[in-house]
Amino acid sequence: MTDVLVADHAIEYTYTRSTGPIIGAFLAGLRDKRFVGVRASDGRVLVPPAEYDPVTSDDLTELVDVADTGVVTTWTWNDDPVAGQPFDRPFAWALVKLDGADTGLLAAVDVPRDEMRTGLRVHARWADERVGAITDLACFTAGEGEGVTQGTVGEPVAIVETPIRLDFSYTPGVAASRFLRSVEKGEIVGQRCPKCQKVYVPPRGACSMCGVATDEELTLSGKGTVTTFCITNVPSPGLDPPYVTAWIRLDGADITSMFLIQECDPKDVRLGMRVEPVWAEDKQPNIGSIKYYRPSGEPDAPYDDYKEYI
Amino acid sequence: MSNRVAVVGVGQTKYAAKRQDVSMAGLLREAAKRALDDAGMGWSDIDAVVIGKAPDMFEGVMMPELYLADALGAVGKPMLRVHTAGSVGGSTGVMASHLVSSGAHKRVLVVCFEKQSESNATWALSIRLPFTGGSVTGAGGYFAPVIRAYMRRANAPDHIGIKVAVKDRLNALRNQYAHLKLPDISEETVRESPMLWDPIRYLETCPSSDGACAVVLADEDTAQGTPNRPAWILGTALRSEPTMGAGRDTVNPHAGRDCAKDVYAQAGITDPRQDLDCAEIYVPFSWYEPMWMENLGFAEEGAGWKMVDDGSTSFDGDMPINPSGGVLSSNPIGASGMCRFAEAALQVRGMAGEHQVDGVRRALGHAYGGGAQFFAMWVVGSEKP
Amino acid sequence: MRRDVAIVSWASFETPSEPARNEVEMLLPVIQEALGKVGLSQRDIGFTVSGSSDYLQGFPFAFVGALDAVGAWPPIRESHVEMDGAFALYEAVNVLQEEGIDTALVYAFARPSRGELDRTLTLQLDPYVVAPLWPDARSLAGLQAQALKDKGVDVPDVPPTHVADGAVAVVLAVGDRARALTGNPVWIRGIDHRIEPPALGVRDLTVSPSTETAAKVAGASGLDAAYLHVPYPHQELVLRHALGLNGQTVDAAAGPTMVGGLERFAAAAAAISAGRAKRAVAHATSGPCLQQNLVAVLEGAS
Repeated sequence: MTDVLVADHAIEYTYTRSTGPIIGAFLAGLRDKRFVGVRASDGRVLVPPAEYDPVTSDDLTELVDVADTGVVTTWTWNDDPVAGQPFDRPFAWALVKLDGADTGLLAAVDVPRDEMRTGLRVHARWADERVGAITDLACFTAGEGEGVTQGTVGEPVAIVETPIRLDFSYTPGVAASRFLRSVEKGEIVGQRCPKCQKVYVPPRGACSMCGVATDEELTLSGKGTVTTFCITNVPSPGLDPPYVTAWIRLDGADITSMFLIQECDPKDVRLGMRVEPVWAEDKQPNIGSIKYYRPSGEPDAPYDDYKEYI
Repeated sequence: MSNRVAVVGVGQTKYAAKRQDVSMAGLLREAAKRALDDAGMGWSDIDAVVIGKAPDMFEGVMMPELYLADALGAVGKPMLRVHTAGSVGGSTGVMASHLVSSGAHKRVLVVCFEKQSESNATWALSIRLPFTGGSVTGAGGYFAPVIRAYMRRANAPDHIGIKVAVKDRLNALRNQYAHLKLPDISEETVRESPMLWDPIRYLETCPSSDGACAVVLADEDTAQGTPNRPAWILGTALRSEPTMGAGRDTVNPHAGRDCAKDVYAQAGITDPRQDLDCAEIYVPFSWYEPMWMENLGFAEEGAGWKMVDDGSTSFDGDMPINPSGGVLSSNPIGASGMCRFAEAALQVRGMAGEHQVDGVRRALGHAYGGGAQFFAMWVVGSEKP
Repeated sequence: MRRDVAIVSWASFETPSEPARNEVEMLLPVIQEALGKVGLSQRDIGFTVSGSSDYLQGFPFAFVGALDAVGAWPPIRESHVEMDGAFALYEAVNVLQEEGIDTALVYAFARPSRGELDRTLTLQLDPYVVAPLWPDARSLAGLQAQALKDKGVDVPDVPPTHVADGAVAVVLAVGDRARALTGNPVWIRGIDHRIEPPALGVRDLTVSPSTETAAKVAGASGLDAAYLHVPYPHQELVLRHALGLNGQTVDAAAGPTMVGGLERFAAAAAAISAGRAKRAVAHATSGPCLQQNLVAVLEGAS
């Protein structure tokens, strides 16, 4: 088995969601410790409210107050809570049909496992701090609540912030791992396509033009020619503008790779410039171990030598 | 094409940096409802719904067709979601047209969208995987070197990109839905704007927009009975090539040339500059207009920039390009291709309002995506083929 | 008027957790096997279409890299759905109605073992009032199982969500082209799919009206077998009922998420071409609690 690289990887962002008038009214209701539904075309009251009718797709606009108490229509016991859920101990999820509503709302129910059942009467338990989000409803719990709160709902919530984080254990695959292991040793190893003979760096395990696996490896000198480039003037993490990124055709390769160009005034970077890699002291299996490229001092390559590699 | 297909309704939202007055569903609805109204149809008249958008990570909703089923009147109907990177607005239109041409459905609602203000496109486009160095920021960092290579290859002067930037923003002043409205734009202001990804200046790039664009596609019988004039689809084409292929040409991609050839053959077009009356093409950076002029066969290789320079692509030129203001004026990424397709349809229907080009009989809608490797096109005409 | 479309070849691969290969490395042998069995190369394919999800792979544009496994040169007619590969096959059947496009390659891939599948699928839910609570996929299935129990149905326990990595490729061809490629084409006699509302509280989770409608439109009668896409075991009961199955051979599998539905086409085609079935349903599902369902009727030579 190849020594395949693995690393933690997360997709994380806090989304800014505009809610529109109907969802906004529902969330404003939660902030005020009350439930607001919407009347559907067939007369049913939907909680949570839908913006558009689930049957006819018409716009729904008639808001209806419903009780904070209702009945469990179905449920499940969650033995293994995951990050972000209402409880970090085992708990029940349920669809709760509130009094005055005709559809179920998904929420956690805080009752012991042996008391949980379909048909259980439950009422809302509110979060101490409420911001106008679904999490303002902490959960439901057994028994009767306050009933229906009448009167005008406060200003609809316009925006909710939703943090999302998913964790992965990422592997770049067999060919890329071999390449990165070579980078760790200060070498640049490409792969040749058995069909078209073209050399790929970094290799992906396949020639994308022929759709065949590549396995013949060859070590390149690392030197190359700038085929085109960009001077970036916008900030980027860890890089002070202006900085130059260039497409470099490494000698012996048939595709270009993108690297930074440094030790050179950005104004002096040009097409055809000959460059060589500058390696990090402490090399890792990471393309970043090639810190950047710099002019090699060789004469520029003539345009005809590299114009096919853009 | 097996069965004739027509565009019988078009709807667009107002494009803006942030459409915080609506939910995601509300945004799509606005475009879809306008398209249905144009087609003289209600939700129940639609047989199937196809949506398209760029990566799910832009909005943090996985496979959003599932959440959008009631908002788009799809309950009890077939619903599909296409994703082909930046070309998705175009390829969604093409895939939906096959649902009608195949005879599977008579009336299909197609909606593409992006609500970029839910997150930040540069974040989503620059998600860094472990083991990569990562020195490129967003699409500008990727495409700037390609543009530089074009300038070298075609010996194009620097002011060409500036001219396109001005032209499209002036066109956008005629488009009620356009995001950017820059009445005072001039070559001077573009030249003075910050150089972001040299050779791309700030005003030579597209904005980041929220928005949706919808069309209703119909079979021949239906199209003959709709209130407004249909745009007949004369041809559709898709082509893809690999991102990292040894020997591919990123400046003048083979896939784009093949895609154009295919769609022209279907539409009976032998000389595109002669036979087409205008085109809506995907130009997120101003330099892509001259580049696509060559790729699409409007100009010889190396001569695309001359069409910009001599005014041929301007609103009153012989080959008006992006009379709507294009992607440079409104860029709801996943919808941007659909906007091109829809605007081409509006032109042949004579329904483009203030940005209507006189006497358009045949128009091209074009989209591209990925590393300029995915292409989608359609040609629409005012006359039934 | 409609051109007959057949499955002429297929290949698939599933493993609980792929230890080493990336999507290109996983897909390449599967695509080559499927094409190779009928002596085709990518250049012979009229339309290529795939299904996958960026969220399962952990980065945007996952399908772009996967295209490297295809050999898209000269450039190919190609599209992608951010859905199970079965929906890509639906697209392909429609594109194959076009004169001059006689063959199609449909593939799907996924590597969910590298992420948190139960949490990832949460992002399919309403983003305002459901997803922020992070209900996990298994719990949602549990709500459906309890609803069935409450109706008096004897249902199996809900096991942990099936996590698997894999890839599948299916080759389609029309009419005589299909007959020329294989002695045993498996004809797609009908295919349709339908979606239900997103709000779980609005739906009756014990029935599957979308499956019923799709089956009716696809012409799912006179069956002797059904290849059902069943992420959780109790859902087989809902599907059996919706399809009116009674005595037919039923083969139910979850498969890798985004791949499992298209794999059912491969499984059904394998059975039919081997003579184990004559006329079978291939089914695929998407979304929580069977929200969206696709039904196709497959048949061998009459």
